[in-house]
Amino acid sequence: MRGSAPAATSSRSSRSGQSPPDRAGAVSGPTLRRTKLRTAHLLIGFAALLLISLVSVLLGAADLGWQRVLAEFGAQLTGGASPLSEREAAILWQLRVPRVVLGALVGAALAISGAAFQGVFRNPLADPYLLGAASGAGLAVTLVVMTMPQANLGASTTTQLAAFIGALGGVGLTWLVGRSAGSDTATLVLAGVAVGSFLTAGQTFAQQLRLESLQQVYMWILGRLTTTGWREVLIVLPYLVVATIVLWSCARLLDLLGTGDEEAAALGVRPGRVRILVLLAASLATAAAVSVAGLIGFVGLVVPHLVRLGVGGSFRIIVPLSLLFGASFLVGADMLARTVMAPAELPIGVITAFTGAPFFAVLLRAQRRA
Amino acid sequence: MSQVALRAASMTATSGAGVRRRSARGQRRQAPLAPADIEDMMTGMIGFRRLAALLLSVLALLIGTTACATRPQSGEPPTPVNDPASAFPARVTIPGQEPVTLPEQPKRIVSLSPTVTETLYAIGAGKQVVAVDKYSNYPERAPQTRMSGLNVSADTIAGYRPDLVVAPDSSAELAKGLRAIDISVLLVPAASGLDAAYRQIELLGRATGHHEQAKELTGRMRSEIKEIVANTPEPQSSLSYYHEVSPNFYTATSRSFVGDVYGLFGLTNIADSAGGTFPQLSEEHIIQANPDLIFLADVKGGQVTAKSVAARPGWDSLTAVREEHVFELNDDIASRWGPRVVEFVRVISDAVTRVQKN
Repeated sequence: MRGSAPAATSSRSSRSGQSPPDRAGAVSGPTLRRTKLRTAHLLIGFAALLLISLVSVLLGAADLGWQRVLAEFGAQLTGGASPLSEREAAILWQLRVPRVVLGALVGAALAISGAAFQGVFRNPLADPYLLGAASGAGLAVTLVVMTMPQANLGASTTTQLAAFIGALGGVGLTWLVGRSAGSDTATLVLAGVAVGSFLTAGQTFAQQLRLESLQQVYMWILGRLTTTGWREVLIVLPYLVVATIVLWSCARLLDLLGTGDEEAAALGVRPGRVRILVLLAASLATAAAVSVAGLIGFVGLVVPHLVRLGVGGSFRIIVPLSLLFGASFLVGADMLARTVMAPAELPIGVITAFTGAPFFAVLLRAQRRA
Repeated sequence: MSQVALRAASMTATSGAGVRRRSARGQRRQAPLAPADIEDMMTGMIGFRRLAALLLSVLALLIGTTACATRPQSGEPPTPVNDPASAFPARVTIPGQEPVTLPEQPKRIVSLSPTVTETLYAIGAGKQVVAVDKYSNYPERAPQTRMSGLNVSADTIAGYRPDLVVAPDSSAELAKGLRAIDISVLLVPAASGLDAAYRQIELLGRATGHHEQAKELTGRMRSEIKEIVANTPEPQSSLSYYHEVSPNFYTATSRSFVGDVYGLFGLTNIADSAGGTFPQLSEEHIIQANPDLIFLADVKGGQVTAKSVAARPGWDSLTAVREEHVFELNDDIASRWGPRVVEFVRVISDAVTRVQKN
């Protein structure tokens, strides 16, 4: 990985004349103005995440009263007496807050890997599902549930390890099939579809053999953000940090890949290596998210897409903004999942598709008309 | 009665259309025309099917309403038969479904429902059972196979040459296939409560020629359960409970069969505000509700135990966890509406007693 850019806010290097064909024209204008614009975007994204997290922590199936929750935060900061009972404090600090944080991490991981996949394949429809990462993880987890009934879904290291191996295996298989068939990205995407279908069929077959695990696996497929406290947060965090650092620093290279492999190679970038590195990082983030939260669809596809529609095609802004908005989106979706039918709960996958899809359609339409 | 009868009536009414009879041969012809006989004649006439279906639905509504209204109080069998062999051809009707006529006593029965399997053995029909599904793990002598009601095909079942197949009501597609090859099928729904469970046991008795034994069994169950409940100290204030069906907080409300059983002891279900029969509860709600008793019906496989529940984040703040009122149930007994429900009732009784001693 030669000449990787340090961060998104860095100005374009001497190759600015070779900038990628940005769809929304984000690369025009002087460097300074662009940098400011990016900072403003990032600040907005960060503020949105903070706001929605705060609202999300104030609301829940258990009615703690938002004023009392705020008072509790005040008490924690100043060391005063807690206004909550012991049980209410447990609900807040051991269930709700970790869940909001986990939602942010999972949303960020899915969106950032979606952005990376879309960049690598120059395909706006690429997402963690397309390349067999999610279906690979699904098959692996199903096999674990079947063969080891003691393994607690979502909370055991075995499941997480299986999800990671499965995700990498799925992407690896796609890579192999695609490579043997041809070198262009369209072939790879098609290979991903084939591998994904194959792995999903394998998962269904496995489930048929052990129908008693069906419900458990089914619930996991729908996606859920129940936590066992801070454990899951600590599991996802390191993977997300690594993936973010790699992807953000590869953002400029992703932009170059967007110009076409030959152009990128002419500029001293090795497209194959960049792809492998980015795919590894994105699979890592996907696997971490999938292993704790199941298969939550739509985030990885829609969030990066929306960001690109909104701010333009440079990955130096798409990657960090996808992270922030992916986190906000999932925190918001989970807030709905927890409260819409309270005290019953909705699977979060239902919410992400229900709210994301129409919004996406409207935005797409508006964009086309403009 | 009102609610039960209404539900039964509405279910019966919707089933009226599209009635299909396999054979009208060998029907009983009693002196005064019973509604069933009128319907037999009607359906026998080609061209009158629609009219027959309409009439049948009205009749079925009447039957359903009156049957459900009287049965719980009187407890008298609709057809008093002493010799089981003489009860055939037998006609059995499950509310919401078309009636099934069994020309003679079935000698080769396939059961695809664990509850039905337990019931068949308990009413003395075990000798007629030739195959059961893979979840029918009780009694041990039941001829377990690898079949599952969820995905078995009609020709696999036909291989056992059954003259009666009893399956869960989710197997409607399978039933179509079996009826097409002239095998009688009973699709039994999950019982909504104890009364529905008794009715189902008696229905299975009638279908298999063991009506008397089935009546005896339900009578015994009724009296034993009554005794257990009577001997359980009544709580001074209403106790609340949470019945866990899966580790991701699926539970059963009072509208479910298990909820009905807990209701015998006057327990309050913390899930009722969630609506439905088996909702997924928010964990926050469970903790805030702070149930007096926690029953675990997901302990099979050893992944959920009273100990693991206590270790869940935030759960150590629950009174039931602190006072060790978390009870591990037998998953099978707590999910089947067969004869072993008495054991389930006993476990709840012990739990309620223990909570009040502390």
